[in-house]
Amino acid sequence: MNIDKKIVDDFVANEISFVTTVPCKQLAGVIQEVEERDSIFHIPSNKEDEGMGLCAGAFMGGKRPAIIMQNTAIGVTINTLATLTQFYRMPLPMIISYRGELREPVACQVEMAVHTKALLAQMNIPTYHFHWQSDVKEFDNILKYTFMCNKPVAILTDANFWGGYGDQ
Amino acid sequence: MIRSEILKEIAPIIRDHLVVCNIGLPSQELHLIDDQPTNFYMLGTMGLSSSIGFGLALSQDKPVISIDGDGSVLTNLGTLPTIANNETGNYTLLIIDNGSYGSTGDQPTYAGQKTSLAAVAVACGCENVIEVQDKDLGPVLQAAIDSDEMTVIVCKCDSGNIKLPVITLDPVVIRHRFMEAVKS
Ligand SMILES: Cc1ncc(C[n+]2csc(CCOP(=O)(O)OP(=O)(O)O)c2C)c(N)n1
Ligand SMILES: [Mg+2]
Repeated sequence: MNIDKKIVDDFVANEISFVTTVPCKQLAGVIQEVEERDSIFHIPSNKEDEGMGLCAGAFMGGKRPAIIMQNTAIGVTINTLATLTQFYRMPLPMIISYRGELREPVACQVEMAVHTKALLAQMNIPTYHFHWQSDVKEFDNILKYTFMCNKPVAILTDANFWGGYGDQ
Repeated sequence: MIRSEILKEIAPIIRDHLVVCNIGLPSQELHLIDDQPTNFYMLGTMGLSSSIGFGLALSQDKPVISIDGDGSVLTNLGTLPTIANNETGNYTLLIIDNGSYGSTGDQPTYAGQKTSLAAVAVACGCENVIEVQDKDLGPVLQAAIDSDEMTVIVCKCDSGNIKLPVITLDPVVIRHRFMEAVKS
């Protein structure tokens, strides 16, 4: 299975048409796939809170948005999640590369990894963790759930899910 | 002129358009001067007025005006390259540059010192950037809304605030009536 394609197919099937991204090495394939789809407007943002602002506007303009970012961005976006996305009750699927988990080669990534789930839990953000490629089967249901309840929802995707880091 | 005087003057120009308004006193003033369902009041999240308005402009055809502040643009400077590189003609960014963090007591910002937000916007790739003095804003804003080109306006004005109440509207109510206005 090509998981990049599956994720973006599910975006399209759920009428997600506005996607903002800040890259992570693990997310390169899915970002490329988003860029190539005609039915999705891809707008790279410079910081993830900025991206969440764009998504809030897009939602109010009648589009279904999504953000793709690294878990380190949880540290950047707490205020925006609380005072914009949650306070105004807006849906936002967040595909998050879960760096600093098993098979991680970069020690610094572990420093945010150990806080990631605790921060999301503290924020009462529904959180799913994809560890095996087959976990992606749930993605379509998670998107439907997000737009049903009008909440930000986190999908953590770890290195094992993406197939490791190759030779590095 | 101070911000509240500017908002009073431009209220008739922006009344029928979608407006995203900056956190704090700017939203409180606009709410007091001319509350409209077409106004989206930010109750928090300093810095994102330009981003919210831009996402909205990209997602539907009506004109959108983001009313922002110099301090808020400085905190989200990354917004300017994003706006410049994804241009949409229905978008106007109005930065009310009073050279201070007005809502928190007029502490000076760097925009009131050596930093020119208009020059920053140009350097970021914005093509129509107009720096204007407060008393000349009206016609410039009207022209920007009427034109098919995206415009960034930096309106230089005095710092200073009036006393006024906070907004007690529930955020979901603000958002709901705004979305209804977007659709209508
Ligand atoms: C992250 C964060 N830091 C600080 C504040 C406090 N704060 C609210 S409004 C504001 C000033 C905004 O200044 P500016 O955008 O220039 O608008 P003005 O009030 O001057 O029109 C500040 C510092 C905040 N809301 N959020
Ligand atoms: Mg100011």
